[in-house]
Amino acid sequence: MGDEIFMYPPELLYTKDHEWIRVDETTGMIGITDHAQKELGDIVFVELPKAGEHVAAKESFGTVESVKAVSEIYSPVTGEVIAANPKLQNNPELINADPHGEAWLIKVHLADRAETESLMTSDEYEAYLQEEKAH
Amino acid sequence: MRYLPNSPVERAAMLEATGHKSIEELFAQIPAALKHQGNLNLPGPLSEPEILEYFRQAASQSSRDFVSFLGAGAYSHYRPVAIDALLSRGEFFTAYTPYQAEIAQGTLQAMFEFQTLITQLTGMDVSNASLYDGSTATTEAVLMAMRITSRDRVLLAHTLHPEYRQVLQTYIQHQGVELHQIPYEKSGQLDLAQLEASLKTPTAAVVIQSPNFFGIIERAKEVAAIVHKSGALLIVTIPEPLSLGIVRPPVDADIVCGEAQSFGVSVAFGGPYVGFLAAKEQFIRQMPGRLIGQTHDTEGRRGFVLTLATREQHIRREKATSNICTNQSLCALAVTIYLSLLGKKGLKALAEQNLAKASYAARELGAFPGAELPFTAPRFNEFVVKTPGDAEELLIALREEKIIGGLNLQHFYPELKNHLLVCVTETISKSAIDRMAEVYAQHAARSKGLAQNGEAVGAIHGSPSKPR
Amino acid sequence: MENRIRTARPHVNRNEDLIFEQTSPGKSGVELPPLDVPPASPEKLLSAESYRADIEGFPEVSETEVIRHFTRLSTWNYGVDTGLYPLGSCTMKYNPRINEVVARLEGLATDHPYTPPVLAQGCLAVLAETARCLAEITGMDAVSLQPSAGAQGELTGILMIRACLADRGNPRRVILIPDSAHGTNPASVTISGYEVKNLKSNSRGCVDMDELDRAMTEDVAGLMLTNPNTLGVFEEQIQEIARRVHSKGGLVYMDGANMNALVGVARPADFGVDVMHLNLHKTFTTPHGGGGPGSGPVAVKQYLEPYLPTPTVGQSSDGKYYLDFNRPKSIGRVRAFYGNFGMAVRALAYIQANGAAGLRQTTLDAVLNANYVRSRLQDVYDLPYDAPSMHECVFSDRRQVARGVRTGDVAKRLIDYGFHPYTTSFPLIVSGALMIEPTESAGKAELDAFIDAMRSIALEVEEDPQFVLRAPYTTRVTRLDETAAARKPVLRWKPQQS
Repeated sequence: MGDEIFMYPPELLYTKDHEWIRVDETTGMIGITDHAQKELGDIVFVELPKAGEHVAAKESFGTVESVKAVSEIYSPVTGEVIAANPKLQNNPELINADPHGEAWLIKVHLADRAETESLMTSDEYEAYLQEEKAH
Repeated sequence: MRYLPNSPVERAAMLEATGHKSIEELFAQIPAALKHQGNLNLPGPLSEPEILEYFRQAASQSSRDFVSFLGAGAYSHYRPVAIDALLSRGEFFTAYTPYQAEIAQGTLQAMFEFQTLITQLTGMDVSNASLYDGSTATTEAVLMAMRITSRDRVLLAHTLHPEYRQVLQTYIQHQGVELHQIPYEKSGQLDLAQLEASLKTPTAAVVIQSPNFFGIIERAKEVAAIVHKSGALLIVTIPEPLSLGIVRPPVDADIVCGEAQSFGVSVAFGGPYVGFLAAKEQFIRQMPGRLIGQTHDTEGRRGFVLTLATREQHIRREKATSNICTNQSLCALAVTIYLSLLGKKGLKALAEQNLAKASYAARELGAFPGAELPFTAPRFNEFVVKTPGDAEELLIALREEKIIGGLNLQHFYPELKNHLLVCVTETISKSAIDRMAEVYAQHAARSKGLAQNGEAVGAIHGSPSKPR
Repeated sequence: MENRIRTARPHVNRNEDLIFEQTSPGKSGVELPPLDVPPASPEKLLSAESYRADIEGFPEVSETEVIRHFTRLSTWNYGVDTGLYPLGSCTMKYNPRINEVVARLEGLATDHPYTPPVLAQGCLAVLAETARCLAEITGMDAVSLQPSAGAQGELTGILMIRACLADRGNPRRVILIPDSAHGTNPASVTISGYEVKNLKSNSRGCVDMDELDRAMTEDVAGLMLTNPNTLGVFEEQIQEIARRVHSKGGLVYMDGANMNALVGVARPADFGVDVMHLNLHKTFTTPHGGGGPGSGPVAVKQYLEPYLPTPTVGQSSDGKYYLDFNRPKSIGRVRAFYGNFGMAVRALAYIQANGAAGLRQTTLDAVLNANYVRSRLQDVYDLPYDAPSMHECVFSDRRQVARGVRTGDVAKRLIDYGFHPYTTSFPLIVSGALMIEPTESAGKAELDAFIDAMRSIALEVEEDPQFVLRAPYTTRVTRLDETAAARKPVLRWKPQQS
């Protein structure tokens, strides 16, 4: 149960519900953070939307399951789904192994890039996690 | 009280350890006004002989001396004695749900075998570890199909067990679901033309029963083709799965469910029974109920665990696939033992005996003037016979001979006046069938006589009034 | 560490294959009597496409092998018969053997449900008498034995609340459920078309009266609660809770899972409960059977009687029993036929064996046992709520977590001491819960052995937590890989598997 300080990738933005998003001008790539995957334990299954479906900011778009728990995943942004990560169907354990990289969940077209302005930077997220731990 | 393992001395010692002076102190948090004064009006305390005497009395006021031709969703088959010998082992019947897998491998492996047997019988890919009964299994199958298709319109065969339809109705009454019925055609099978027409509207599922309530085997393959063309799912429910010993399973269905009571579970005036639900692989995560999966321990030994629990109520709570908690584990164990005993050969032979007995009875009964076998399609161990003369009077006449002649269908199907649903299992002797045929003969003669005279003659058996 | 284990010893037994792996063609464990009617040819009577030639993979074994196979399997289980089974809110009490005998009597075990009532008076009498006794015990006015289990009882109860309120003009939209509730509660509510609103508990783990006031509006159909609650604590304010719900036109549903603390002592009808369910497989000794069958009868006040499932059992003036299908306001059926009749037989036999005095003594013993355990473990395990316990006590693993050991790990180590674990991680309002319900079926010696085991484990956690984390050591299989089971589910045997 080591208490390492995980360094969150600075190029990503973060939410209070422990999702991350990597944005460029028009698209976003969304996943769950290292903190989230640790809390859940071994991931066994992921339920994701299909290409063409829509997600809305702060609303659930799917679930991540471990043996003993299910977690809703909330979208940081509004937009149309371009793709869901095909690797996760057969290898959900990727989320435990590489939550910020290979185990992205969905890619979306951003409806409104300005929505990302209210998200946290990696520093802010790390501080938020420290605060959470204290309570 | 003989079940309580503590003596007054032991109670006193424990009470002292709690730091309380009297047992009443342990109930102090219940307001005085809510503490029940006086004695509850209950029987007992009774010794064992007295309890036995009470229930023997009750058992004597039963139909145990009668030969019963009742089926209709509950089937009297012989139960090999090995079943109760094994069920009576305390490790089986006093154990809890196998959440602590290391000390429940007995239950878990037996349930894994149950799941396997059900898939082998039904031709499906996966089965759960049982549900309450056939009626709730059918309901769960419908709810499952609605979740999978995101549609809320369901078609039910009119020949689906009436009580199964009622249960479904109760469960979906507040969920905005549209239920429609598809009638049967002259053969007794589902009306395919009506089915096709009704499927023009987007539908979640079509539910048929096979053998259906009239004992008729449905054309599952043809039904499936029509259903799938419309994007709906096909659910086939099987209250008499002994039929699967000689009837090809509905492999084209999406969900096969039903009642496994025939396999070693007593008829017991309606319960406990054991429902089953099996489906195609891709629907695993939408399945309700408990699932047992194979895995290994830290030393690599094979073992079994409850799995995919995240579908269930204790984790998903209001978003669960069902509110079900218990399965029917002990009854499912009885089924597993029964099917293991019978095996391939035995199940086939038993099914063939049932077929033979019912065929013989149908031929005998249908032969009388005025009697008729209205449905022409293939059957298993149940059939519908139109009686010579009044069905209710015939049933009363049969009762005089200690025979319960079948179920009067009029109560469920008003269009089938004077029709009886007759079930003949391997437990019924030829002589009993012949005795019933004799009563049919007398009844046919009398009715012919009445028809000729055109008046209500004082009958040989009982009064003309019809009790319920 | 071996010298700490007193009761458990490793059990040498065989690795038992699946029944399918033991088959060999041509065997059967059953021989049928000869056919006394002309044989029928299935190939002729069924159409070609309906005929089944073979059941692939089906077992082929003798009776001897079936007996050995299942006997061996049974030896890997722990049952109430084996020893203390302290699962919280499950009430793992002794399953009297006379119950099994009377349930198997010919006439009771063999009557078909569609037997004409005039010929089934015995079965109907048993149903009627069981219902009457349960009504007497709960103080309610009418009982239906139709629901197959607690969860179905809950569904039935909520549907009845809805029907009653609809009759009064407005079914409303919401049911309130305390956050300490069992998972079947919210699941059952959703099926009834209601929305669940969770009520936060107060610092004693009971219903928070301010939260209730905030939540209880005229949009709320009712409150669903368990009493004593899942912490084993009696809701002292229950009368006031009921009054507040009723004053806004709502109804009170009680989950009767914890009735083992109340039978013969207090009656829910007196608290203001309008409808409740009972678990015959908990309070009334019908066996758990490895996970079922259960039975979850509902008991209601007079004004809810019209909504009970159809049919009910009635008795006419000549003393004869009948089935009453003429119930226009009924919510319908929740299952085919009449419910788990076999469980009603067993429950009635249990009630008769005890009588009113015996049932009351049973309750007193159940509560004393739980309090004894609590008083002797509270110095080594953390008590999250200091409210008095009734028939079960709840600890948390706070002290053990400091050493990296959780409630689930302590539970696994308890197995090595020869006991079935208590309930882990429930209720959710306690972090790392240990929920212990000894029931009245535990004698002092058994309880002392359990207490010694728990105290020993607490010491082990302090001295060598890694040792506890790798338990159990004495079972046939060690910890099973649940992750692998969930990632790639294998739910059946297939012929090509070895």
